[in-house]
Amino acid sequence: MSAYNYLYVSGLLFTIGAVGVVVRRNAIVVFMCVELMLNAANLTLVTFSRINGTLDGQIVAFFTMVVAACEVVVGLAIIVTIYRSRRSASIDDASLLKR
Amino acid sequence: MLEIQTPEAIMFWVLAPVAVLAALGMLLVKKAVHSALLLAWVMITLAIFYIAQDALFLGIVQIVVYTGAVMMLFLFILMLVGVDASDSLTETISGLRPIAITAAVGFGGLFVSLIGRATIGHKPYGLEIANSNGNVQGLAKELFSTYVWPFEVVSALLITAALGAMVLAHHQRTVARPTQREQSIARFRTGSLAGAAGLPNPGVYARHNAVDVPALLPDGTPAPNSISATLKARGDMLESQSFELSEVDNTVTEEK
Repeated sequence: MSAYNYLYVSGLLFTIGAVGVVVRRNAIVVFMCVELMLNAANLTLVTFSRINGTLDGQIVAFFTMVVAACEVVVGLAIIVTIYRSRRSASIDDASLLKR
Repeated sequence: MLEIQTPEAIMFWVLAPVAVLAALGMLLVKKAVHSALLLAWVMITLAIFYIAQDALFLGIVQIVVYTGAVMMLFLFILMLVGVDASDSLTETISGLRPIAITAAVGFGGLFVSLIGRATIGHKPYGLEIANSNGNVQGLAKELFSTYVWPFEVVSALLITAALGAMVLAHHQRTVARPTQREQSIARFRTGSLAGAAGLPNPGVYARHNAVDVPALLPDGTPAPNSISATLKARGDMLESQSFELSEVDNTVTEEK
């Protein structure tokens, strides 16, 4: 087995996350799928770090984690605000710009 | 060529399918809480992968930040928004799901074939030299020398995100909060005067004092507003008639 197998796993996880973002309609589940995609990207970075023998990939993965944490905080606050005004967490309901 | 030793290979072939299956389950289960738990499992698996790949610090951070903080935040918001608000899995945009799956298969195939082609003949190095002083020490050295400016920018980002969350969560009152005096006046003006002094307590005294038994009024009838509406709705209310004192001796004896 070689270290490249981790990249395949990460590709699969990323693809599953992308499908989830498109298919699911609960805003929180969509958000969790985005988190899954970020995690898959992190796994790629850590594996690249190992393949290249430098720690730069791990540093970038660390920054990704920080950005993901910020994104979760703001995103969930938006979901709560939308839920408060519309009593629904479905992303199909928030289509005000269309009409 | 970096040859991976057997324990890691076993770990990989056990955990990788489980992680992919959990991710698929996350996509397919109906309830958002189950999705969150499956995602937490995927994240723990990724933490094990990180530690196995000589990224000890990131593995621990993954557990602390993702499964500890981020997933708990998700569960917290799920509780706030409604746990039983399950997704209806009928598609609203016609043909969305087949198109999404086709695109995903195409994208995944492209990704996998790309990795397969890109890695042919390339030798991975491994992190033995980079981690020779310890993973945390190596990361700290990089972080505070080469990456010190991004590190500062990220701190500004964190502060901005915290402020943003506060601004978004702030709730502006459109009407003034009623004072205690106004509440008291409203209680007497609206509704019956009987309720103004507060609702009766539950329980038939001396025989049964639990909150699921309505109190008895002086004429012996149960007072329905003496127990919580939730208990009534759940059907957990007991009949107070069975606790009545039927054989009580209520003849008045004259004392000398």
